Amino acid sequence: MKLLASPAVRVGISISIATGLYGVSFGALAVTSGLNFWQTMVLSLLLFSGGSQFAFIGVVAGGGSGLAAMSAATLLGMRNGIYGMQLNALLRPTGWRKYVGAQLTIDESTATSTGQTDPAEQQRGFWTAGIGVYVLWNLFTAVGALAGSGLGDPKQWGLDGAAVAAFLALLWPRLKGREPIAIAVVCAVATVVAVPFVPPGVPILVAAVVAALVGWFSHGRRDEGLEPDVEPYGTHGHGHHQDGPGDHQDRHGGPERRSGTDPEARA
Amino acid sequence: MTLWIWLLIACVLAYAWKLVGYFVPAKFLEDPRTSRVAGTMTIGLLASLTVVNAVVSGQALAADARLGALAAAAVALVLRAPFLVVVIAGAGTAALLRILGWN
Repeated sequence: MKLLASPAVRVGISISIATGLYGVSFGALAVTSGLNFWQTMVLSLLLFSGGSQFAFIGVVAGGGSGLAAMSAATLLGMRNGIYGMQLNALLRPTGWRKYVGAQLTIDESTATSTGQTDPAEQQRGFWTAGIGVYVLWNLFTAVGALAGSGLGDPKQWGLDGAAVAAFLALLWPRLKGREPIAIAVVCAVATVVAVPFVPPGVPILVAAVVAALVGWFSHGRRDEGLEPDVEPYGTHGHGHHQDGPGDHQDRHGGPERRSGTDPEARA
Repeated sequence: MTLWIWLLIACVLAYAWKLVGYFVPAKFLEDPRTSRVAGTMTIGLLASLTVVNAVVSGQALAADARLGALAAAAVALVLRAPFLVVVIAGAGTAALLRILGWN
């Protein structure tokens, strides 16, 4: 089989390179926020979900406890369960593939797979992006961690500013329309209000509770926030949703319609 | 040492979330509120993490070079810069502001 002739494989490879590269920023930020090299690597090897990894080190960098860091990372990982359900319906993996596929279930592999309509292409897209991102993300995490530990004072290099930028970049593509922006503002305010009263790291969990309550009691889109910040099939690599895979799925009514989410966002 | 323990628990729970989707019957997750909460919580957590990293210092609020990084990142995102460029813009701006004397 000529693998490179498959659109899903080509998209999977390009998204792997783009995502893998910013593993450098994760590796560098992790070691400067106080993790050692192997703690940094274990997060990329085992936790393997970019948003949760950044959340963990973000809480640690702010002086938060390990418990708060773990909680923030875990709450942010909930959407991977939704992706897993969609991919299970789409790819129907069996045996060991379920367990390996689960570890590779992240925003990028989900988006690459569900953007295809042909079942064989969906398979190729998932595995190419999943394995590709895994290998490159870990490789570049190591590069970043080694480079970061030789930097000296991280503030001098603006690495705390890099963390701010990284979180805004993760949030940005999900802010489409008034409702997600309102949720973001309410949670930002809740965070600021909580800061003087609770230990570091906990304001983030306060915001999570507020967000969960909003989601539970309001009636908006089912897929709010589960939006692409990767756009494997768009013309632009990052953050905008003109004709993303979710749109294709909406038109073609793929199996994941039943699950009610738009399974494209960031790891 | 305790950081290692929380870190490993986070890894186990992250994998547990991922596995849940593959093993829990779809009807458990079909409640639209489940995916809505997953989505709103993603937005809320990322917004909160952005704010904490931009203006929180310990248990106090601070206006320092990180605010410049936030603004630079927003500009880069409006200009549709890729992720890595946004991050570099944030770092560069914070570093530059510190050289100029704003901590």
